[in-house]
Amino acid sequence: MALLDVRNLRLYYQTTKGILKALDGVSFELEEGETLAVVGETGSGKSTLAKAITRVWERNVSLVDGEVYFEGEEVLHMPEDRFRREIRWRKIAMVPQASMNALNPVITIGEQMIEPLVLSGVPKGEALRLAQDSLESVGLPRDVVARYPHQLSGGMKQRVVIAMAVMTRPKLLILDEPTSALDVMTQANIMNLLKELKARLKLTYIFITHDLALASELADSVAVMYAGKLAEIGSSEDMYGAPAHPYTQGLMASMPTLRTDKQLAYIPGEVPSLIDPPRGCRFHPRCPYFAKDKALKGLCDDMEPPAFELKPWTGRRHLAACWLYK
Amino acid sequence: MAAKMLDVSDAPWVRADSLVVAHRLRLWYSVKKGIFSKPIYVKAVDGVSLSVARGETLAVVGESGSGKTTLGRTLIRLLRPTGGDLIFDGRDVASSDESELRRWFRRRVSIVFQDPYSSLHPYHSIGFILEEPLIIHGVPKGERMERVYKALEEVKLTPPEDFVNKYPHMLSGGQRQRVAIARATILNPDFIVADEPVSMLDVSVRVEILTLLKEVQKRYNVAFLYITHDISTAKYFSDNIAIMYAGKLVEYGPFRSVVKEPAHPYTQALIEAIPDPDPKNRLRPRKVAPGEPPNLANPPSGCRFHPRCPFAMDKCRKEEPPMVEVRPGVYTACWLYK
Repeated sequence: MALLDVRNLRLYYQTTKGILKALDGVSFELEEGETLAVVGETGSGKSTLAKAITRVWERNVSLVDGEVYFEGEEVLHMPEDRFRREIRWRKIAMVPQASMNALNPVITIGEQMIEPLVLSGVPKGEALRLAQDSLESVGLPRDVVARYPHQLSGGMKQRVVIAMAVMTRPKLLILDEPTSALDVMTQANIMNLLKELKARLKLTYIFITHDLALASELADSVAVMYAGKLAEIGSSEDMYGAPAHPYTQGLMASMPTLRTDKQLAYIPGEVPSLIDPPRGCRFHPRCPYFAKDKALKGLCDDMEPPAFELKPWTGRRHLAACWLYK
Repeated sequence: MAAKMLDVSDAPWVRADSLVVAHRLRLWYSVKKGIFSKPIYVKAVDGVSLSVARGETLAVVGESGSGKTTLGRTLIRLLRPTGGDLIFDGRDVASSDESELRRWFRRRVSIVFQDPYSSLHPYHSIGFILEEPLIIHGVPKGERMERVYKALEEVKLTPPEDFVNKYPHMLSGGQRQRVAIARATILNPDFIVADEPVSMLDVSVRVEILTLLKEVQKRYNVAFLYITHDISTAKYFSDNIAIMYAGKLVEYGPFRSVVKEPAHPYTQALIEAIPDPDPKNRLRPRKVAPGEPPNLANPPSGCRFHPRCPFAMDKCRKEEPPMVEVRPGVYTACWLYK
């Protein structure tokens, strides 16, 4: 049984301009101990996916639909009270995007770390000891509990929010762009920490990023999102070795690499509006195959492609939502 | 003012006849803790020598707090150097005052900032953002709009009439950065400082912006200073590279040679820190320097990198290493090569 099984997950927002389909029918499975990197451009719905799984969406949500099974139990429609007590943070924790800047500047690190534990009935001394253990496990000194956020550097603050997320020993940890505001060297140090934590605490990660090179640092499998949909998913070996979806191929071609020489290319055009997405395949206005091949006219711009199964090189199923593989 | 030729024999990597020449450039910020207390100096740029020729790009790479942004701003005289020489096109600009700079210097240099979400005025239309430098530098009214349209076309914001009346919030990050590039190039400057121009953008948009900068450079033979913390984006753009650490130059040389065989332990760590897309990465930890760059008000003695350096010796803690040539054209400040 997969640890997490997401089926046809949809999340729409109500905006003044209409319904924004931020997440529109996403399905995937995640095994225990696996790391799935979710990659996509700004506005592809990758952060919304994280919010949907942890159920921390904004107030203007107009539709939440689909199923999310965690350890075999449906959690998306479970009563909020029960989800809060049993699942969120205890089993599924998250490091939200830019959360290191959300630390309260006038409260000590220790106070903010133990707050959720104290509220759920853990004695204060015990909670403080847990916080110190957790800080130590992310490579920070125990006395950081007495410090204020402004006394820490960016890399240290990022370690603090990771410590907060692993303090309750969750099974699944969702990391939303955990290094995007950091320097390359600090980023590499944080990635080393994540690798080490994963092995030591037997964590399962969902790692959200827009950087395919960074994703390869952690990912056992990669899911590429485009305009609220999953374009392609497969094992890292398949995705980096033989990307199938034209969008994935475009992303790979646009990655600057340091050690190998290649001609860089980019995907022309912009990510489409999620309020009024293109008909058929949402990528077709930017797709080089659609532009070249007349036989695809009337197909890609009319019908939405289902996920076609490709022959995988390794264990995980390799799926691409593209009519080229029908 | 007579052309001035500097004696740069102590910094052989500097070509004194280049468009931009900095020699032992120093910018110390003074910080006062109280009214009567002695000022503390934050040594953001501390004796940096370099040169950028026309049509050439010098990449300046370092972590935040290495002084690379301060260096860029000093070179175009947004800041007044507190020491050393700064020559632009044969004329000394290190101590010129603002009115003198405005007469000839300001229109020949410009800058593209890191964050296109805050570098464009939200209440100004794209048309006005681009027209403003033309107004300031006295371009006649009849000519201005034509130049605004041409600038928009050059950064591929077409058709330009769709964009002149838009406001920054209506554009995506990549489009905004193109407006910033159009603004930086509209007066046909000779020297542009690009301060992390792609680090706030999606990876997929970065190549587009870099390609654009390269085109601008080819068309107008512009000298670029490309400031970044990510060497992999510099690769597609740069001729030479200068690595900075804690306000000092630690390595300088032709880009490919330095990246292929980095000499300074800091450069080695910087390069090691950058992943290439390869699924094998997940199986091994990266050998990067632990810790953070030092406080520039009170930098470590000797080599400033020694507290984080895996090869630190006794000498490194006491004496500051000079820049020495390790291979033809490649200079580094490290005691391993003495």
